[in-house]
Amino acid sequence: MDNGILIRTKDLVKVYPLGQQSITALADVNLTFRRGEFAGLVGPSGSGKTTLLNILGSLDAPTRGSAEVLGEKVETLSHRKAAALRNRHIGFIFQTFNLLPVYTVYENVEFPLLLLGMPPAERRRAVADALSWVGLADRTKSKPSQLSGGQCQRVAIARAVVKKPELVLADEPTANLDAENSHHILDTMETLNRDMGTTFLFATHDEKVIRHVRRKITLIDGRVAKDEALAGS
Amino acid sequence: MTIPKLAVRNLLGGGTKFWLNAVVLSLSFVAIIWAQGLMEGLDEEASLATIDDEAGGGHYRVESYDPLDPFTYQDAHGPVPAPLQARIDEGKAAAILLVPATIYPQGRVQSAVLKGIEPGQKILSLPTSRLTAASDEIPALIGARMAESVGLKEGDILTVRWRDAKGAFDALEAVIAGIFETKVATVDAGQIWVPLARLRDMAAMPGEATIVVLEQGAAAAESFSGWAFRDQADLLADIRAFVRMKTIGSSIFYVLLLSLAALAIFNTQILSIWRRRKEIGTLMAMGMTRGRVIGLFTLEGSLLAFLAALVGAVYGIPLLAYFAVKGFAMPGGQGDSFGLAVGQSLYPVYSLGLVAATAVLVFATTAVVSYLPARKIAKLKPTDALKGKRT
Repeated sequence: MDNGILIRTKDLVKVYPLGQQSITALADVNLTFRRGEFAGLVGPSGSGKTTLLNILGSLDAPTRGSAEVLGEKVETLSHRKAAALRNRHIGFIFQTFNLLPVYTVYENVEFPLLLLGMPPAERRRAVADALSWVGLADRTKSKPSQLSGGQCQRVAIARAVVKKPELVLADEPTANLDAENSHHILDTMETLNRDMGTTFLFATHDEKVIRHVRRKITLIDGRVAKDEALAGS
Repeated sequence: MTIPKLAVRNLLGGGTKFWLNAVVLSLSFVAIIWAQGLMEGLDEEASLATIDDEAGGGHYRVESYDPLDPFTYQDAHGPVPAPLQARIDEGKAAAILLVPATIYPQGRVQSAVLKGIEPGQKILSLPTSRLTAASDEIPALIGARMAESVGLKEGDILTVRWRDAKGAFDALEAVIAGIFETKVATVDAGQIWVPLARLRDMAAMPGEATIVVLEQGAAAAESFSGWAFRDQADLLADIRAFVRMKTIGSSIFYVLLLSLAALAIFNTQILSIWRRRKEIGTLMAMGMTRGRVIGLFTLEGSLLAFLAALVGAVYGIPLLAYFAVKGFAMPGGQGDSFGLAVGQSLYPVYSLGLVAATAVLVFATTAVVSYLPARKIAKLKPTDALKGKRT
């Protein structure tokens, strides 16, 4: 995609069938994101934030319209190509961390690199770097059940950024965290955004997050109600 | 390499549930090998005993002889063809003449078959050398079953009545020169072995025989008019059919066992998918294709079979080796009641083929029951999996 544009949506519509009726989750969403953005999708529950993130992450397909991510049209991607796009270029951070419970911290962070087929030595270095970015270099052997919520989310961030993706999609990353942990997490992500140029896109209604983002897009009933640039923290 | 590595990690992280499944599956593994080993042992023991005591390397029989029809016995005799007689003279075959008779043990009347055989023959492992006793009475050899059923013991004398080739009835005293043990009931029950030359004289059938038993490993000879050749495999066909029938019967037992184990694995896989659907969504979000997710779950199940084989080996090898050495006592202590040439104990035989076939069966079953629920994952949308929706 040209001019540093990473994502572009055009008249994006997502409709979910619900019995005899249907629910419009997204209606004519037109947005553009450039590389290195640190942006937040805000809005009340059911406003379409997560749906938009899912489509941009190629986890779901639009009903109508177009979503172009890293030069790939999501609506035309096969399952295999969508998986390849996620594998190579997109990192995900979930509200409930979604760490693999039987794996250690090290193995969780290593997982995306295994899928990429990275050689072991390179993999070890990348995992060590990622864990040091999030301040968990000393917890490599711990299982998720032995970590606090904040630590789990930091592991999830390390897992999302370990492959140095162009885009990280974070769905309510601070919803299960206290203020101190939320602050720490957001600081970590801001640092990674600044140092590595990774684009971060959040779906959130957490004021703490909104205070950190440099662009705020407000969604209401699946439509973009406001798109504003912020000074950020 | 990623998928096997992940499958091993997931399995070992499964804890007690995983080990329980492995133990259940290993029980099926060992039980199938044990049951099949018994059948192979039965087949081998019955076949070897029959070859040693009755079948040899194959039979030439006079065409009118039907072992299943006693009414054919009276006329089932004919001159031994010269080439066969040459083999007999070289010690490479043994002639047997059958003459129906009536015996009178302890005042009772009973039908029997007189079987004439050369006392010096080495083709069958019957102790025919004991038929050389020189006396007026006919030296007779009987099996332990026959001895028990008619209440005879060594040295006893009984009256034998027969009809010769010309239709004339005659009778003589026979002395029990020996009682032999055999696993083959068909050379024992209702049969009295006597010297061939004596029987030929008694029945007025000089140079005649009913059966010529070839030595083991003998090639099929040419055909002779009035004689039919039945090779060893043909003579053992009934045993093989019987063992096959028993094997099918015992298969029900291990199919049941394997089904239980398969059900346990299937249940575990279903539960695993239900509990791990969010994890599946996460794997997909990280870029794992549906095919690889299916591969991962199928491999997890298959590895379970591999581990079950290892667990089974730990206790199965000593257990099966014990039975192979000590034997398995036949129910009721009576091998005859099984209907085959077996002794009081049956010695299982565990061939490499048996172990390999069982392993393939268990692995295939496990792979299928692991694949089926995993296949459902393919229909799960990543977003639904992440929400924890059911498939």
